[in-house]
Amino acid sequence: MTVDGISDTGTTQDRGTLRTEKTNLYYGTFQALKDITLEIPPRAVTAIIGPSGCGKSSFLRLFNRMNDLITGARVEGVVEIDGLSICGPEIDVVELRKKVGMVFQRPNPFPMSVFENVVFGPRRHGRFSRAELDDIAERSLRQAALWDEVKDKLGQSAFALSGGQQQRLCIARVLAVGPEIILMDEPCSALDPMATLKIEDLMRSLAKDYTIVIVTHNMQQAARVSDITAFLMMEADRSGILVEHGVTSQIFTNPEDKRTEDYITGRFG
Amino acid sequence: MSAGSDSCRAVMGTVTMAVSIPERGMKRRFRLREKSIESFIFLNGMLAIVVLLGVLVLLLREGLPVFWHTPPWEFLTGTRWYPVSDPPTFGILPFFVSTLWITLVATAIAVPVGVGCAAYLAEVASSKLRETVKPIVELLAGIPSVVMGFIGLMLLSPLVQSAFNLDTGLSGLTAGIMLSMMSLPIIVSVSEDALRAVPEEFRQASYALGATRWQTIRHVCLPGALSGITAAVMLGVGRAVGETMTVLMVAGGALAVPWAPTEPMMPMTAAIASGIGNAVRGGFQYQALFAIGLILFVMTLAVNLIADRVLERQKRKFAG
Repeated sequence: MTVDGISDTGTTQDRGTLRTEKTNLYYGTFQALKDITLEIPPRAVTAIIGPSGCGKSSFLRLFNRMNDLITGARVEGVVEIDGLSICGPEIDVVELRKKVGMVFQRPNPFPMSVFENVVFGPRRHGRFSRAELDDIAERSLRQAALWDEVKDKLGQSAFALSGGQQQRLCIARVLAVGPEIILMDEPCSALDPMATLKIEDLMRSLAKDYTIVIVTHNMQQAARVSDITAFLMMEADRSGILVEHGVTSQIFTNPEDKRTEDYITGRFG
Repeated sequence: MSAGSDSCRAVMGTVTMAVSIPERGMKRRFRLREKSIESFIFLNGMLAIVVLLGVLVLLLREGLPVFWHTPPWEFLTGTRWYPVSDPPTFGILPFFVSTLWITLVATAIAVPVGVGCAAYLAEVASSKLRETVKPIVELLAGIPSVVMGFIGLMLLSPLVQSAFNLDTGLSGLTAGIMLSMMSLPIIVSVSEDALRAVPEEFRQASYALGATRWQTIRHVCLPGALSGITAAVMLGVGRAVGETMTVLMVAGGALAVPWAPTEPMMPMTAAIASGIGNAVRGGFQYQALFAIGLILFVMTLAVNLIADRVLERQKRKFAG
């Protein structure tokens, strides 16, 4: 209900805007993110790039509060969706995570059938008739560009699918919950180039309706799929800072910061 | 025992020989050593099989002859056990039904409690709490069964007697409750291992989809660990079926076929333990008791084999 409140305040135009301001994230005494101020626009793909261990994934997990699962994790500063803070203890993380879906690095379908994977979220969040679930499953699988490949094997184990299909199944599973924002944590790093291409096409088409934030190690991927790019890197104390962000084409052709240029031209990272 | 240490000594001899062969080069020496260690381990492995077969042969040899006196079907379904009358009657249905009742009660209590405890330890408790509680639960397994019998006599049977308004608190129910406590450790321990073997990715995926902790346990963790939990239950049941001393002390020892768990009863293990002291070696009663042992052996062996199968399947499930 809190998140419904969030959606009501924003105009339809900018539903799904993410914003952090002077945000710090600590794991115990270790500071993982330092002073991150960034606004992520709706209906676009925003890529978070940066060297390993700079806190890209931690940053992504701010928005669905997955850092809560780590004991000792603590957030300071502003983390907002459509102008409302999502940090407080009064926030219902279940509602939040329904609005903010996540796709993981390795495809992680449940050890269930393809169908049961897709309707896992809807089944947890409400009572649906079989016909409604069938409908949700088909719609989500079509959206994830997987329907034609799996429509005859909905009853089969999800593990019988290829890696790329499994990842698209995970995306369908997120879409079935009806999110506004989809976080993707290196979604292609375990996939072959063809499967990667399909996921990238999917990201572009999903960006028409959703806020997509993707963490990637792959600079070409960031250049290909994203509208906005944010570059994070580690400081000497190993905490992540935001070096630069902007329109992707500008970041890749004419970065303002020397460190960004060094990174994207492959001088470190 | 002595066969084991003999073979052990023999193998040690080989090892010493292998090591003492000089100037044959490291490689050869190493190979011989490797070979002798291999055969030593092989012998140990064989020993278990030899013991198992030995037990089976012994039970068959001592127990089977009773079936010439009483056919197997009569033996299993007979309701009267008069081993010293003339002629003796051997019907083990009272014991068999008692064992079923007590196992049923023990399982009905131990499974929900044990799996619940395992789920709490694996999914909810902090690692510090888990590392304290789990060894304590496992320690329960080390309490001698005769001590559990005392506890059943002193504490539980009066409670059961007044709760169900019985003539005596010594009943199948009392025995079943005590056995449930004795099979808890193995159920908790093995189920908890199975739950922890469910990959973290599944939990992450579930939480990220907005599932609550309970929903994640119920719909992701428990189904993922189902075969391991099944195996845990089987092992617990095996323990309950085979337990002797506690049931001998608290089950009541009545010889009629029990129709309700609250009746006093005598399960198969207790029947053997209480009868064997009076049985003449090689006599009919002696053979009949061994035949009961044979049936028990087959029952627990079956339970264990099924548990093994199920565990194997659990391992394969997440391997790919």
